[in-house]
Amino acid sequence: MEWVNFVIALGVAAAMAIMLARLFAGPTLYDRVLAVNSFGTKTVLFLLVFSAIAGRQDAIDIAILYALINFVATIAILKFFRYRSLEIALAQMSLRKALDGEYEK
Amino acid sequence: MDHTDLTQYLDYVLIAMLLAVGFAIVRLRNLFAVVMLTGVYSLLSAAWFVSLDAVDVAFTEAAVGAGISTVLMLGAMLLTARESEPAGAKRHWAALAVVVAAGAALFFAIPDMPVYGDPNSPANSYVGMDYMSSTPNEIAVPNVVTAVLASYRGYDTFGETVVIFTAALGVMLLLGFGTGRREDDDDAAAGKAAKAAKTEDKA
Repeated sequence: MEWVNFVIALGVAAAMAIMLARLFAGPTLYDRVLAVNSFGTKTVLFLLVFSAIAGRQDAIDIAILYALINFVATIAILKFFRYRSLEIALAQMSLRKALDGEYEK
Repeated sequence: MDHTDLTQYLDYVLIAMLLAVGFAIVRLRNLFAVVMLTGVYSLLSAAWFVSLDAVDVAFTEAAVGAGISTVLMLGAMLLTARESEPAGAKRHWAALAVVVAAGAALFFAIPDMPVYGDPNSPANSYVGMDYMSSTPNEIAVPNVVTAVLASYRGYDTFGETVVIFTAALGVMLLLGFGTGRREDDDDAAAGKAAKAAKTEDKA
């Protein structure tokens, strides 16, 4: 069973390496955003398999934290490219745009 | 072959990826890609910390390195160019010499360190063993470092948290992260005033 987990971990690591290649090469920004997001997901999976191999349940907490941070970071990056600013909260931005009637454009 | 051997091979994989990311950070000119790669570097090193059983360090690395500093770097990118200047033909030999000397000093210090798992090492001989033996009974947290950080030194950690929170608050007030919000606040205040007037009318 341990060997099965180890092979799974190697497979996840190979997928991480492929995502890294896309991150290095990725011609557009969105390739890179997607690669980072997918890489984060694979890190979560890697940690879960790792905790199964090493028999450490506390790695699962880290995996959950990764999933949360991955989500927040992706939102921050996408917001950065949508609005060119991190200053204003998303809800306020959309409210202001609605007030200015910019959504009709 | 027991599981420590297997996790050791996974460590090698993680370190190889860390190396690749490090070289890419140095080589790439697109600053956005570099910011993304620093986030990935933090994620990878935090995963490596987990495999070294340093869960608390991994928590900090994941939260600060992958979370906050990616956002801060993106904010810093707003103030500068999107591409870095290519390094000139002039090589920085002095910087290389400093790095090589520091690395050599670190390698020179390695033989002085206690052997891994040495029962007579400082970490295993003084008050550390006391924490190891009394943590399961007193705190019942599986990770001893977490127990020390959050329970034995709980007030200390709480004070640090207050200091960092105050510092962040002061920086935000000084740099004015709320400037974009002022109009909305005024609107909200105006709305409140209008509501208050309405309720007064009703009364």
